[in-house]
Amino acid sequence: MKYEVVIGLEVHAELSTQSKAFCGCSTKFGAVPNTQCCPVCIGMPGVLPVINKKALEYTIKAGLALNCRIARYTKMDRKNYFYPDLPRACQISQYDVPVCQNGYLDIVVNGQTRRIGINRIHLEEDAGKLLHDQYADSTLVDLNRSGVPLIEIVTEPDLRSAEEAKVFLETLRSILRYIDVSDCKMEEGSLRCDVNISVRPEGQKEFGVRTEMKNLNSFRAVYRAIEYEANRQISILEEGGTVLRETRRWDDSAGKSFSMRAKEHAQDYRYFPEPDLPPIEIDDEWVEEIRKQIPELPAQKQRRYVEEFGLPEYDAGILTSSRDLADYFERCVKLYENPKTISNWLMGDFLRLVNEKNIEISDVPVTPENLVKLFKLIDSKVISGPIAKTVFEEMFDTGKDPEAIVEEKGLKQITDRDELVKVIKKVLAENPKSVEDYKNGKKKALGFLVGQTMKATKGKANPQLVNEILLEELEK
Amino acid sequence: MAVGITVKDVEYLAEAAKFEFTEEQKQKFAQALSDIINAVDRLAEVDTEGVQPTIHVLSVKNIFREDVVLPSMDRDILLKNAADVQDGCYRVPKVVE
Repeated sequence: MKYEVVIGLEVHAELSTQSKAFCGCSTKFGAVPNTQCCPVCIGMPGVLPVINKKALEYTIKAGLALNCRIARYTKMDRKNYFYPDLPRACQISQYDVPVCQNGYLDIVVNGQTRRIGINRIHLEEDAGKLLHDQYADSTLVDLNRSGVPLIEIVTEPDLRSAEEAKVFLETLRSILRYIDVSDCKMEEGSLRCDVNISVRPEGQKEFGVRTEMKNLNSFRAVYRAIEYEANRQISILEEGGTVLRETRRWDDSAGKSFSMRAKEHAQDYRYFPEPDLPPIEIDDEWVEEIRKQIPELPAQKQRRYVEEFGLPEYDAGILTSSRDLADYFERCVKLYENPKTISNWLMGDFLRLVNEKNIEISDVPVTPENLVKLFKLIDSKVISGPIAKTVFEEMFDTGKDPEAIVEEKGLKQITDRDELVKVIKKVLAENPKSVEDYKNGKKKALGFLVGQTMKATKGKANPQLVNEILLEELEK
Repeated sequence: MAVGITVKDVEYLAEAAKFEFTEEQKQKFAQALSDIINAVDRLAEVDTEGVQPTIHVLSVKNIFREDVVLPSMDRDILLKNAADVQDGCYRVPKVVE
């Protein structure tokens, strides 16, 4: 039998506000444990939380970018449960009136556009961090993260494969970064994802029994966990069994998921309105003000790059995948008339070095002005293509002006005919076999001789000129 | 319309809130909770057609703070109330997953 996989995601993104959701403690990542805490965020009795306006605005902004309806009247609720990372034993969250509802996100998978429904986005606070590993008999609690604002984005069960889930997450991350509401660093836990997954025989209307997968710390883990879980559920059904509704924990190094201890009965969170926080009214004017702050989003930008700059879809997709890269490209395009050349360099050596050195695009020391200077050095034949690569690497390391590098290292292209003739005569004298091969009709030998000439000039010879002179000399 | 809160309901709530009660207490709370709910249920007799649900008892709304970082509390003072401390953290019994 053929099975269809049905996937829904719950994505938590930490908002990039400076201070926490309900108090003034810093949200900065990586501080010494329990140094960014106060009575409000460690859950002391009698304190008064106050909503961070920016956190609410970021939630609305995310809702608008994901085509949601924004509630005009909303409130915060208490979600009650006991866990050592939640000092107040209740989390301030939202229950029946989330800030955003009924949105969607279009994703492109294998050239096909798929519309994925967004059920809701709500604002809540993060819990503290538990440190288990280094202590045998105890767990330590660091509450720096407690009270950091989060949005939870819940999709409809519209995703149908691991690939779709991965593309959805990539698209979502790119949008949240574009609109500057979250830095979405999975390795720092500012983007987290739980996956609900079930399978059903193809054509069946009812959903199968779903399991929830936790502890997915990378997009790759999400992909692998879905593949694993879908196969696990299918084999259970194939053998005539039934899938248990449960929460499972993904172990990425083992490549397997494990059942987390099943609860005796369903968790009852006993939600009720948070009495310490008055309700929130959001008027049209406020929503429109926030809408104005939303920049051109990646999908629109990609379309514009194809139309305005004549770039291939593929190039436009890569250049717009990050706002920093797109901004960089646009600064270059203002200074240089050939967008495809810029695109080639950015997608090639530029991104290669960014990845190799594992740095942010905003930290690349090469300015658009200097990159364009490099292009102009190539165009005016001052340096050859291969030399340009060397110069670029140096620029990437030092941030120096390419003209200065060319000058300092004497990398100027040799265009002097007489000088090249001398070099070539020497190359021919040293390679009589290749010369003979060429004369016997082995035209490939020419390539070898060009290579030898380039080598002899340390890559500085003008390749066209080398070709031309070589042909002349060989025909003599 | 009288609503009865049973001892079973009390036991469910007690477990959710991590309370332990004696049999006598359970009986007492079942009666007390029933009385409270019945008292509140009298509101059902009022015609509330067209009245917005009350979310908050005071007529305030939109109380916000600006996104400004304020000094946090000194860690030594913060941890003074903790039952157990290690390496600048609260120490709790091992949490198993």
